[in-house]
Amino acid sequence: MSILVNKNSKVLVQGITGSEGTFHATQMLEYGTQIVAGVTPGKGGQKALDGRIPVFDTVEEARAKTGADVSIIFVPPAFAADAIIEAAYAGLDLVVCITEGIPVHDMVRVKRIIDMEGTRLVGPNCPGIITVDECKLGIMPGFITKKGTIGVVSKSGTLTYEAIGQLVSAGLGQTTAIGIGGDPIIGTSMRDVLELFEADPETEGVVIIGEIGGQMEIEAARWAQEHMTKPVVGFIAGQTAPPGRRMGHAGAIVSGGDDTAEAKMRILTECGVTVCQSVASIGETMKQVLNP
Amino acid sequence: MKIHEYQGKAILKSFDVPVQDGEVIDSPDQAEAAIERVQQRFHSPAVVVKAQIHAGGRGKGGGVKYSPTKEKALEHVRNILGSTLVTHQTGPKGQRVRKVYITQALDIAHEYYAALTLDRSRGKHVFMVSTEGGVDIESVAANTPEKIAKIWIDPLVGMKPFQARILANALHLQGDQLKRAMSIFLNMYRCYEETDASLVEINPLVKTEQGDIVALDAKFNFDDNALFRHPDIVEMRDLFEEDPTEVEAGKYHLNYIKLDGNVGCMVNGAGLAMATMDIIKLSGGEPANFLDVGGAANVETVKNGFKIILSDEHVRAILINIFGGIVRCDRVANGVIQAVKELELTVPVVVRLEGTNAEQAKDILARSGVQIIPADNMKDAAEKVVAAANQNQGE
Repeated sequence: MSILVNKNSKVLVQGITGSEGTFHATQMLEYGTQIVAGVTPGKGGQKALDGRIPVFDTVEEARAKTGADVSIIFVPPAFAADAIIEAAYAGLDLVVCITEGIPVHDMVRVKRIIDMEGTRLVGPNCPGIITVDECKLGIMPGFITKKGTIGVVSKSGTLTYEAIGQLVSAGLGQTTAIGIGGDPIIGTSMRDVLELFEADPETEGVVIIGEIGGQMEIEAARWAQEHMTKPVVGFIAGQTAPPGRRMGHAGAIVSGGDDTAEAKMRILTECGVTVCQSVASIGETMKQVLNP
Repeated sequence: MKIHEYQGKAILKSFDVPVQDGEVIDSPDQAEAAIERVQQRFHSPAVVVKAQIHAGGRGKGGGVKYSPTKEKALEHVRNILGSTLVTHQTGPKGQRVRKVYITQALDIAHEYYAALTLDRSRGKHVFMVSTEGGVDIESVAANTPEKIAKIWIDPLVGMKPFQARILANALHLQGDQLKRAMSIFLNMYRCYEETDASLVEINPLVKTEQGDIVALDAKFNFDDNALFRHPDIVEMRDLFEEDPTEVEAGKYHLNYIKLDGNVGCMVNGAGLAMATMDIIKLSGGEPANFLDVGGAANVETVKNGFKIILSDEHVRAILINIFGGIVRCDRVANGVIQAVKELELTVPVVVRLEGTNAEQAKDILARSGVQIIPADNMKDAAEKVVAAANQNQGE
């Protein structure tokens, strides 16, 4: 078991013939991901990735002909909202959008549509998902992971790698690692992922990595306090971030209320999450929490 | 991206929102003629002289002056234009005033607040109004939250007239004034959506003694990710209002934010970059900057990163923290060595490379003969760079 994706996931790559799409789809294939189709408008009928993957003009056609149930999107920001809606209307269960820089007004509309269609979106502006040794969906480096019992959910890409690296050093493997993205409007929240990890029998503990801006970490922690039986270790980036400045991620901005690192760390602790002051102690803290 | 009041008002006007209008000047030579034109246009000797800087709090900082006569207006222009205005938003160094806006003076009966922004938690737009305008809305929210009325707008449905009516009603407006306010609110939403704004704020929106409803100020923030479809808005960008180093970094596609410390840092990824700043602080140092070099940490980006970091004269040591996923650490190591040599760096550089080919990279750094302090993990790296900065500061 694991969450969201596994070795049976049939993956469709939107934007498969672009440079990003080709590079990362190749890496995904090498990891063992079952890629069944690609979509690039105007290139239907061709083959991508050295002739291994059929390309279609539309997601609907690709799904009908290959049985794809998951899509990953590597489409430039101006066209990404359209690509997500296309995947949702085509009835895919899960859509992961890697694209960084989608206009917020586009995403606000997309979010309402995917909610109505019942599609689960992960991202945008995220590194994707890895279910260790089964399926890599996105741009995370597969080789740093190790099969195990810890779930990882994070707003940040390289900080996810950092956490995975520390877990492995502490002798802890992972079930699934998921980057939910750092934009103000994203499809799947931290709380949604905690619910999935709680329900997954293989996952024994969860690392949550948040940052300044928004209320997502707090909502997740409050849910965990009520419903979670598994230990949660948390880290919040941006303790030294000046207020009012956007720290790289579009959503990483302190704009008042409980969205500072300090406030989030305090509330997470109140909710029973074991909060790491230092980013360097994520792995060791999880080890201690599991074997007190 | 932010713009000036006079630019914001021009946008509002194009969406049929009544504004307190006027003319903008950037030289004292233009003042007299501009003042006369504004006096004639609005049939009154009185005008208002308003400093144009991006920061708020201009009125309290002495940047907005009512001027009953031309002579008084000229005096205010001379005092304000070219001066450095300090407000609670500029920081102690203040912001130089390069433009002033000469506007009509209105007889104000009441000041309201009206703003549109995104509610992240609900995934909808929120429209807020208050009877308490002309003051800091944060303090209204903190002290008298019941005086702020809000409605949420479904982006697929848009703003409906009844929602505008609820807002106008909350301001206790009636009859014609209620209808005027409704039309202003609906036009504000149209403007917010069509310009891809992340904030449209009118504070204050005033009711005049004559019964008109007018925008006395205009504050806009635009979504940087949407600027590609708004070339007209991009043209309004005023680089003088931004930190010059941050503007320079933008040219290299580097995401840089200047801070007050002496430990520079260069990191791949925004989350890791913030966490690096945090651990520098935890280790007893003060970060000098946020710098995300993104996915492509090659010789050019590393070199440009060094240049940007070192343009801050307070920097005493630099930490490079790269977690190579797709990026190969051996390439980053070679890039760092080449950059250090070419730029003849004298500040100590601590390098922590993790991920793809990290072991190889450590070998390359060790054998390079270049003065680089290798580190094994983030804690080690932060402690080493803080020690190096302290030592360098003392010398």
